[in-house]
Amino acid sequence: MISPIFVVAWCRKSGRAAQPIVTNHTIGIFVSILLVLGTALISLRYGALEMSWSTTVNALVNFDETSHEHLIVRELRWSRTILGLVAGMSFAVAGALTQGVTRNPLGDPGILGINAGATFAIVTAIYAADIVTPKGYVWFAFLGASVALALVYAIAKVGSGGVTPVKLALAGVIITALLGGWTSSILILDEETFDEARFWLAGSISSRGTEEISVLYPLIIFGLLIGVSLGRQINILNLGDETAASLGQRTALVRTGVGGVVVLLCGSAVAIAGPLAFVGLAIPHMARALVGPDYRWILIYSFLLGPCLVLGADVLGRVIMRPEELQVGIVTAAVGAPFLIYLVRFTRLSEV
Amino acid sequence: MSFSAVVTPVIPTLAVVIAAVLFTAALLMFGERLQSREVTFRIGSISGLVETKVMWLGVGTALITAVLVGVGLTVGDYPVPASRALATALWDRNGEYDFVINHLRFPRIVVAVLAGMCLAASGFIFQSLINNPLVSPDIIGINAGAAVCAIAILAIGGNVSYVPWAAFVGALLTAGLVYVLSWKRGVEATRIVLVGIGINALLGSVITFIIVRYPIEQVVAAARWQAGTLFGVSWDDARTLAIGLLVLLPLAFVFTVRLRVLQLGDEVATAVGSSIEPDRLALLAVGSLLAALATSVIGPLGFVALIVPQAARMLVGTISGGALLLTSLFGGFFLLGADLVALRLFAPVMLPAGIVTAALGGPYFLFLLARYNRAT
Amino acid sequence: MQLEPELFLPLVGVDLTISYSGPKIVNDLSIDIPAGEITAIVGPNGCGKSTLLKALGRILTPDSGRVLLNGEDLHLRRTKAIAREVGLLPQNPQSPEAVIVSDLVRRGRYPHQRLFSQWSKSDEEAVKKAIDTTGLTEASDRPVNELSGGQRQRVWIAMILAQETPIMLLDEPTTHLDLAHQIEILELLKSLSEEQGRTVIMVLHDLNLAARYASNLIAMRNGEIKVSGPPEDVVSAGTIRDVFGLESLVIKDPVTGSPLCIPLPPSGSSTL
Repeated sequence: MISPIFVVAWCRKSGRAAQPIVTNHTIGIFVSILLVLGTALISLRYGALEMSWSTTVNALVNFDETSHEHLIVRELRWSRTILGLVAGMSFAVAGALTQGVTRNPLGDPGILGINAGATFAIVTAIYAADIVTPKGYVWFAFLGASVALALVYAIAKVGSGGVTPVKLALAGVIITALLGGWTSSILILDEETFDEARFWLAGSISSRGTEEISVLYPLIIFGLLIGVSLGRQINILNLGDETAASLGQRTALVRTGVGGVVVLLCGSAVAIAGPLAFVGLAIPHMARALVGPDYRWILIYSFLLGPCLVLGADVLGRVIMRPEELQVGIVTAAVGAPFLIYLVRFTRLSEV
Repeated sequence: MSFSAVVTPVIPTLAVVIAAVLFTAALLMFGERLQSREVTFRIGSISGLVETKVMWLGVGTALITAVLVGVGLTVGDYPVPASRALATALWDRNGEYDFVINHLRFPRIVVAVLAGMCLAASGFIFQSLINNPLVSPDIIGINAGAAVCAIAILAIGGNVSYVPWAAFVGALLTAGLVYVLSWKRGVEATRIVLVGIGINALLGSVITFIIVRYPIEQVVAAARWQAGTLFGVSWDDARTLAIGLLVLLPLAFVFTVRLRVLQLGDEVATAVGSSIEPDRLALLAVGSLLAALATSVIGPLGFVALIVPQAARMLVGTISGGALLLTSLFGGFFLLGADLVALRLFAPVMLPAGIVTAALGGPYFLFLLARYNRAT
Repeated sequence: MQLEPELFLPLVGVDLTISYSGPKIVNDLSIDIPAGEITAIVGPNGCGKSTLLKALGRILTPDSGRVLLNGEDLHLRRTKAIAREVGLLPQNPQSPEAVIVSDLVRRGRYPHQRLFSQWSKSDEEAVKKAIDTTGLTEASDRPVNELSGGQRQRVWIAMILAQETPIMLLDEPTTHLDLAHQIEILELLKSLSEEQGRTVIMVLHDLNLAARYASNLIAMRNGEIKVSGPPEDVVSAGTIRDVFGLESLVIKDPVTGSPLCIPLPPSGSSTL
């Protein structure tokens, strides 16, 4: 229904691709890892309570149980930082995968209905079953995300041509709107649920104990490993379905695989942190601006840059309105958006 | 609030919904069977080419919309016999039903049709300009801009009558901002999309901030507005929409020619004599104004602008003035239908129309998509 | 007293330097296009042929230099007015979804249409003539994207024909066509030029076809014109070596009499 024009224009522009800003990937990845570690350390150091670097380092290395500050670093900030890392990596990689598979710059797991599914499930859980802890609604989020994605796939499969990017995108839009509508209905009808849910909906990585979430870690790690290694497959997929098939790729399998990974990552991440939509949308574009259209690198850099954005935003949110806190979902967009716009205007990001 | 009480459907209104769906299905099947013929008309130096299929579809849509208007006047908490309803609406201002019909139902119905027309026309323009099925006027920040201003006022408990103005201004300012930021020796689809993503996210975070930090009672009002609702609309709103539509729709119709040329790609368009940037700006301006107008009156109902043009496109593949008008009529029908359902389905609770457009429009569009996919 | 040739020739490029916001593709190039003839621009890939053509058709703005259309600076004229005199068909045009042939051809009438006059008698006649001339009458109600590559190209040519311009610029109009269709299109262009006096400028990748159909040949390399003139003067083993880096034998085409280039196998090859 759309865009042989759009896809061709997209691909043709890749032919005359922008010079990637990062060409030496050893240095690039090294710097990115430093950035991640740096933001993680900052996340441990800064917060509502002032403390010095030495205190922070000591908390990690020479843990003193009686020290109030050490406890804050070890208990609260440590788990928060881990959550931020995990959420950032998951959303960013899931976003890159989604964009690769739907060939649409508006592609983020949101458009495949995943966030909407997870949100709807969680809001229903809060409404109907009074479940208010992450441990409780994690599985709902998962279920919701999976069911939504399955629906989207089922819809996109109807008719000729199998699952094409266009049909995926359209089906995703419908399911998102559908579930979003139902979610809004519940929220508007029941003020209590809304009150409970609105903080979660804003996206936050605070006040979740790591033990509760730890059950999700193996899944997320598994998802990340597979996701990042799918770069080559996505590159082939982006040559067009026919070319990919003639190169021996089983496109349906790849798309299903990607779908599975995205559900895994997003379902978990949404349960942990709420819907941080912007990360999955913007980070892949920023990665592409830095490294060009090769998805192997886009996935790796998304994996590394995602947590930087999330943690950075979280720290900012903790610090900017002391002693209160600004949810990370709010700050991520506020910080990331100007940067994205800068990239669009001053680099050849949009020409890739 | 008991969920079961909320969910119990009302049989008669469900029947109305089913009837509407059947009507449209019939229209679709009829539409597909319609042979397309091109008819030339020339009067003096005025000339044009009319596709009969589009014309008949348009007439059909107008007719079922009229039927729906009649239905809308009749059903409700106070059942009004059909003949009385029409009489009261059209000429009898002093009847016993005057208040219900002429102050509650009729304005709401008219606004629904007009706003639906604005949104669908706007969506048509944006989707034709930016060749991406996920595009709606939303992309240039209209909804977010309107929402920020409206929600800010509602959350702080300000004067509700300022909301439409604030929303309108907010919508246009945001659209302008996105346009300016995407301008780099011209405006490109990809850039608008990306900058739109950024601005939308930015404004989204402001909205989330407001939702999180203000008392829940006021926030719920804001959330209601954000879902898109026709609650409390008046004849003034109808008048505003009518005037806007009267100015903008003919403009859009005339600009369709430029759209057709832009569709051929920048190089061919230039070769054929189009000045692409001014034309694009003109089209974006008209599209933004249409969407801003509707959004300021009924809140952000992006789904209509997204889905209705797609549905129309399935019936009429090519861009033309006729296709624009047909899409517009579809939008009016769709929003009116959705609003009626929103009013009646969970009576006595009234849902915001935006939720219903999504909830019902979704499966409805799926049905269209499935038939289209099977046919191709 | 010698009058400026620029005033007589339909299209003239003066000291053109053109780039795509990067390195210069065309460097200080001047070109004279004779009226009523077929001019073919040939050269190796990347020599700037398309770039030059686009500048002549105001799709691209040169960094420096001027293009004169009938003596007037191109960029001082309104684009719609230019479109009534110059038609340009770029490489690989993309047709939108679900458009039928007659609809696409109709869009070529844009520069002639007024606000309320969207389908005048002359519009209708021009479109009909264009469709008939390109042999698409049978297919005129079919969606363009369902046609074969060759037919699709003919649709685009029909669109340019409908534009009814005295000057036609075509960027590789025969690239995706089979030989029969290539000849058909070139014959069509030849008749347009001979019978209607249109000026045709085309970028061609096939040197022999260019030599056969064009009366004016322009050979480019690295953004410069190496040789220009009638085919007999331009197509020689020496020029082909200079421009294409190819060893060849040039004979006279036994059928048409135009120069025929026969590439020689690279030295050391077993076919010699």
